[in-house]
Amino acid sequence: MKLQEIVNELSLEVRCAAHNLNKQVSGGYASDLLSDVIANSKKDNIWITLQIHQNIVGVASLKELAGIIIVNGRQPEEEALTKAEEENIPIMLTKLPAFEIVGRLYKLGIPGMG
Amino acid sequence: MKDSIKEDVQVAQDKEITRVQELTYELKVKDVMTTDAVTVSPKDTMNQLREILRIRRISGIPVVEGNQLVGIVSIEDLIKCLAHGEMDASIEEKMSKEVETLYADEPLVRAVSKFDRYGFGRFPVIERDQGKLVGILTKGDIIEGLLKRLEIDYHEEEIHRYRASHIFEDIVADKTSLHFQYNIVGQDFNRAGESASGLRKTLLRLGLHPQIVRRAAIVAYEAEMNIVIFTNGGQISTQVQPELIKIVASDSGPGITDIEQAMQPGFSTAPEWVQELGFGAGMGLPNIKKCADEMDLTSQAGKRTVLRATIYIKERGN
Repeated sequence: MKLQEIVNELSLEVRCAAHNLNKQVSGGYASDLLSDVIANSKKDNIWITLQIHQNIVGVASLKELAGIIIVNGRQPEEEALTKAEEENIPIMLTKLPAFEIVGRLYKLGIPGMG
Repeated sequence: MKDSIKEDVQVAQDKEITRVQELTYELKVKDVMTTDAVTVSPKDTMNQLREILRIRRISGIPVVEGNQLVGIVSIEDLIKCLAHGEMDASIEEKMSKEVETLYADEPLVRAVSKFDRYGFGRFPVIERDQGKLVGILTKGDIIEGLLKRLEIDYHEEEIHRYRASHIFEDIVADKTSLHFQYNIVGQDFNRAGESASGLRKTLLRLGLHPQIVRRAAIVAYEAEMNIVIFTNGGQISTQVQPELIKIVASDSGPGITDIEQAMQPGFSTAPEWVQELGFGAGMGLPNIKKCADEMDLTSQAGKRTVLRATIYIKERGN
């Protein structure tokens, strides 16, 4: 499934790199520990987190993730958005809590493994 | 525009295959179609249709009942109705019921030949199994889709050309080694990760296998984070040789009291506020160990820490 379709289906608010939503998402990973994401996420995964500082962009770019969904209506820091725009990493926002958004992603067919 | 696609495809048939032709085979209808197509109901009137066509600035619309495509109505049908004063007629009476469609999973080349054969401005796109309308395809969509893909190709080509991947083959020496050094400022969380990101880009430009680059970047990232979180600064020094990458991260203290304990996944001495940022989860050193082929850590309390990690390019590099 493409990022754009996920954005449409789950009514996510795209905050940056909006032109880069054509990517095919390989799966999802949910965690707020950066080292955990570095160790266990896969290329083109969509990452669900509540972290909002700019280091999330570094991690996403390092692991070539498809994009980041920030949960609980939290607003990313300005530096995070600037950096994400530079690195071409879409950051998307939702008011839903992590458990709920992960459930909905899974329902759309986004796997957590494999 | 139709002709240019056709020409390209035809020219390609008797000469070599152009990239555009290749793309019409690679891309599927669903990759380039418009997904949120405007539709009308068969019960709407031609007058309502006129408004929709005017506002949306389009020239034809699929007619849908439930999920099913039942017809298509175009600006030509509308003009006929205007001429005959039949603007109150329902769309159902005036639409074309024999609709030529495309399947979402068909290659684009099929769409190109269909545009050529029928001379229509658009084709509704349906799902193969259920016949549900999923989008609409115009010649404009095809052109835009091809251009976007060509742009991506061009971008990749540019990156490729920029690579110094032949550098090791071009250098004549008994031993070749490239050295990249990054200075890390301690406690600066805003810049944390910049060195690892810089190293990653540099290694990609050298043309190293992405898998190798990813492992090296993770080693550098975790080492950099440790320097940022726990020390007043240090260095990451990277040596790239044709057969291996050596990463040495060093700082001037405060050192690690118990290395064995520090290597345990989940063990962390990071302060709470750092952990709240998502760092200091006690996974950095284990991550490094996992990504490196060899790893060596020397430190004592109150002294400097030196981490050495080696990644073999050839041996495990796919």
